[in-house]
Amino acid sequence: MPSQLVDKYFRAEDLPQIWCPGCGHGIITRAITVAIEQLGLEPDKVCVVSGIGCSSRAPGYLDFNTLHTTHGRALAFATGIKLANPDLKVIVIMGDGDSTAIGGNHFIHACRRNIDLTTIIFNNNIYGMTGGQYSPLTPKFDKGTTAPYGNIDRPFDICDLASGAGATYVGRGTSYHANVVTSLVKKGIMNDGFSLIEAISGCPTYYGRKNKKGGPVDMMQWQKDNAVTVTAAAKMTPEQLEGKFLIGELKNKPEPEYTKEYQKIIDNLKGSDI
Amino acid sequence: MSNKVRLMQGNEACVEGAIAAGMKFYAGYPITPSTEIAEISAERLPRIGGKFIQMEDEIAGIAAAIGASLTGAKTMTATSGPGFSLKQENIGYACIAEIPVVVVNVQRGGPSTGQPTSPAQGDMMQAKWGTHGDHPVIALCPSSVRETFDLTIRAFNLAEKYRMPVLLMMDEVIGHMREKIEIPNASEIEIVDRKRPSCPAEDYLPFKPEANLVPLMADFGAGYRYHVTGLVHDETGFPSNSTDIADKLIRRLVDKVELNKEDIITWEEENTEDADIIIFAYGCVARAAKTAIKILREKGIKVGLFRPITVWPFPEERLIELSKSVKTIIAPEMNLGQMVLEVERLCNKHTKIERLNKVNGEIIYPEEIVAKIEEVL
Amino acid sequence: MEKHEVRLSGSGGQGLLLAGIILAEAAILDGKNAVQTQSYGPEARGGASKSEVLISEDVIDFPKVRVCDVLLSLTQKSYEQYNHGLKEDGILILDSSVTVDASVKNRIFSMPIIETAAKVLGKPMVTNIVALGAIVEVTKLVSDASLEAAVLSRVPKGTEELNKRALSLGYEIARQSMNK
Repeated sequence: MPSQLVDKYFRAEDLPQIWCPGCGHGIITRAITVAIEQLGLEPDKVCVVSGIGCSSRAPGYLDFNTLHTTHGRALAFATGIKLANPDLKVIVIMGDGDSTAIGGNHFIHACRRNIDLTTIIFNNNIYGMTGGQYSPLTPKFDKGTTAPYGNIDRPFDICDLASGAGATYVGRGTSYHANVVTSLVKKGIMNDGFSLIEAISGCPTYYGRKNKKGGPVDMMQWQKDNAVTVTAAAKMTPEQLEGKFLIGELKNKPEPEYTKEYQKIIDNLKGSDI
Repeated sequence: MSNKVRLMQGNEACVEGAIAAGMKFYAGYPITPSTEIAEISAERLPRIGGKFIQMEDEIAGIAAAIGASLTGAKTMTATSGPGFSLKQENIGYACIAEIPVVVVNVQRGGPSTGQPTSPAQGDMMQAKWGTHGDHPVIALCPSSVRETFDLTIRAFNLAEKYRMPVLLMMDEVIGHMREKIEIPNASEIEIVDRKRPSCPAEDYLPFKPEANLVPLMADFGAGYRYHVTGLVHDETGFPSNSTDIADKLIRRLVDKVELNKEDIITWEEENTEDADIIIFAYGCVARAAKTAIKILREKGIKVGLFRPITVWPFPEERLIELSKSVKTIIAPEMNLGQMVLEVERLCNKHTKIERLNKVNGEIIYPEEIVAKIEEVL
Repeated sequence: MEKHEVRLSGSGGQGLLLAGIILAEAAILDGKNAVQTQSYGPEARGGASKSEVLISEDVIDFPKVRVCDVLLSLTQKSYEQYNHGLKEDGILILDSSVTVDASVKNRIFSMPIIETAAKVLGKPMVTNIVALGAIVEVTKLVSDASLEAAVLSRVPKGTEELNKRALSLGYEIARQSMNK
């Protein structure tokens, strides 16, 4: 029933979206709205915040309280929203360059604070909006317009980065595994703390074309062929896992949430002399 | 000592003014000489049910303050030179997205790390031109502790009224000095709140201006779901590539301030009625000017003071008028000539303009102004 | 009443910023106007620091010392750095450790401020309060009652008696110095 979903959660008058044919972002955006639908969240209390880039156009199409901020800064804006009004469910959408390059500092600190934000990183391994420059998620030796001879940077593993920085819920899905994304986003929203979901998306226009990855279908096929669920991976040898990536829930370790800890300070001060 | 009359630091008066104005949220990053504003906010806000957060950097400080403002809270961030540079992009964001926020800059010597514990007035033009693109600017400049209290309230009121960032341009002397002040009663303080919509949610156009060019602002979470972006946008808030919409939007943003200048601009004059010479000074330097005027008047030299309190928009009309009746305007500044550029642009047809500049990290002394005036007499 | 311009100098960590604040608050308790400013280097401890207090019954425009009526120097370094602008008839209050050139014509009151706090009271942290007692005894800039009230409103709970003793020892060493 996609049309009902669009009717209910999208600003239909602002569609069609600007993404290229074959881009994975639309699928992931839809997967997020399915999670919201399944959780029965009140749209007036949902806030979707983004930075700058292809992914960050998503909130504009969604019928919630939506904020399209500056490049890399979505988590800092979102932190202000959540702390000022903890009743709001705040979902943050960022791209790979947006979140881990220019926004890297905000990213690790939002993880560290364990503030209740559900962050979905649309990882298409490239800066798409500006025309195909390499990002901190471009695999080593792949090409971008600013890496014409191959990228010599080592890429981040977004999920490891988030786990190490203190995110309490971490998972990975792909635009092929949209149902996994929905399930992870649901659990991420239910986690009272900072949740990070990496959603691998295909960019046939720039990343795919630059690196001879084929068209949209080939890129989806690649996601299907190389994703291994956490359960399956447990039974595989390191040789079998070579070149594969894990999908599913990678960390679920609740800890005290930031805005609730702050509220305790306020409550403790009540009645004390000014 | 009564609670109302007390010795207070400028930075503390800023926080007290902010709280009197209704501040409920502060986000920032420590930087000398503004840090006390963060420290006192951290101590005071949770006691009144407000929130304080120390962010990971200056950019995040203003970003969080803007985000919080969207939920309906009155918010502030404070910084000094290097941090003011870092906040510029998001100051522009708050301009185009029309989000109220108060940004305090306790100025210190620059460029770069410069002289962290010394006063300066080197960011006056950055306040006007620091963020890119054409945009509205309101910047206020206090020259005493009490005025810091009052102007912080005014900064919040203007931010709320015109839905935009308002800059409070302090300096290290005003921020760190302590002086006797009497805090007014709450009933004597005028408080302005942003105008919120009351129409049905489906009729709400978040960027459709009212008669004063300012649109009504709904709180996130209040039932008016709308889109906010730093891109040029139409009245619904959705991005637009229309040249017509872009032109109208940018002109309206600037006109919000330009067409309401009378409401926004304030200044102080002292001994200007019979003055042959006017000292143009603001911030801590205006205090040196006042002492200089006393010294010179005792010597029979007719000197007056023109002190812009609103530095941006600049009080053009009155200064032009005054310049027609004086022989010279002296502009002492703790920079190598910033606000004097406005004075020169506006008044050099009518009178002679002399600069007096100091950038060694020390306040300009009254004797230096006296000497300059005696030299040019 | 004329304006009094006071400069307190020493090394970072000696509590002179607080001493300046207390002196200004005492002046306000006396019904006068007061402004306090400071200048300091990057060091939280050590270095040379100064705290300035202007006291007047009129409005105080320029907030910094122009001609210094009273200079306190607790260290040689701070004396060298901050003795400029001292009036010809200005008062110089020095810790015994500070030496001045024989050519200095000011009224000089030299007394063991640091030693009194450290050895007699056993609490170097009250050096600033001993100094305040000494300054006020010599200059009578503020009333003793206002000074004590201002001190007590600023010091940590539980240290009131210690600080009162510091004040009275400050008065005492100043009297001894004045009688020399």
